[in-house]
Amino acid sequence: MDTKSIVYIALFAALTAALGLIPPISFAGIALPPITAQSLGVMLAGAIAGTRRGGLALLLFIALVAIGLPLLSGGRGGFGVFAGASGGFLIAWPISAAVIGWLVSQSGTNPLRLAISIAIGGILVMYAIGIPWMSVVADLPLSKAVMIMLAYVPGDIVKVVIATIVARGIQRAYPAL
Amino acid sequence: MLDLYRPGASFLHRLPPGPKVLVMMAAGTLLFLFESLPLATAALLITLALYRLAGLSFSLAAAQLRPLALIFAIFFALQYWLSGPVIAGFVVIRLAALILLASLVTLTTRASDMIDMITRALSILRPLGVNPAKVGLAISLALRFIPVLGQITTEVREAQKTRGLERSVIATALPVAIRTLKMANDISDAIDARGYDPRT
Repeated sequence: MDTKSIVYIALFAALTAALGLIPPISFAGIALPPITAQSLGVMLAGAIAGTRRGGLALLLFIALVAIGLPLLSGGRGGFGVFAGASGGFLIAWPISAAVIGWLVSQSGTNPLRLAISIAIGGILVMYAIGIPWMSVVADLPLSKAVMIMLAYVPGDIVKVVIATIVARGIQRAYPAL
Repeated sequence: MLDLYRPGASFLHRLPPGPKVLVMMAAGTLLFLFESLPLATAALLITLALYRLAGLSFSLAAAQLRPLALIFAIFFALQYWLSGPVIAGFVVIRLAALILLASLVTLTTRASDMIDMITRALSILRPLGVNPAKVGLAISLALRFIPVLGQITTEVREAQKTRGLERSVIATALPVAIRTLKMANDISDAIDARGYDPRT
């Protein structure tokens, strides 16, 4: 692997960690866990760095979390977060980023196709892995887990819009990335 | 280095990270294979006893669970409603045991020891084209980039404030992204210019 790829992988892993420093938004008071900006890192890694670099960046990020660095929003880290209810979403991050990278490479520069690619990888793929995990860990029927996660869809759509605008801006600023 | 490690001299601290991780994975698998309340409760009590053996306080153990208190409450309420108090108690106790055990590994192992273990373990993957030295470089770079990104963001925000754009997410995010990508390209050129090419 060339040096540029290694640096990009490190950069997008660090970006996801830095996004964890943004204060989370509590949208339902104390009823549900807050929305964090970190999955925006997943979308940007896939859309800007591409399939391989984006996927490996998030793999590096979750490896750093697993070895005990408090890089998740709220200063969480360690193996415990994988055993928890949202562990499946973490596992899904590298896959999500890789899927986004591949779809974006197919979609060209059309902003709408870019947004749809990011939404498929960043919402559909992530939920497809995260929700069954949650339902196993918490012994919940799938339908109930899906209902909990519906509360997070509006926040994720906002992130897709931001990721699309930034990715499109990068495509213009750095056409041959 | 930013780390969740709590220094100590117990046998859990002295144990190398490999065996600890393996025991933790085995325990987690067992708890999901055999779904029984007594087993989950025993696992929780043994884990708490291990915290004592490692010289860690119970309040530290409670602190590991506190960020998840809301999720626990939601699961307990849902399970109570769906399948009664026994199952609800079982699910919450099993989750608590797993999280406490995993946190125990993290609390008694230095992040640097864990990085060494990962780098060593990665040499098995060398036939697949994985170069442990390059993975080590990526880890070090990522840890260094985190504060740098924070600094760049602060600079861009200050610049946009003078233009009255401090409330716009895009006006900050886009210049930050472009500046960091430019920085990444410069760093990669600098590394290549020094002839970096690890074969080990």
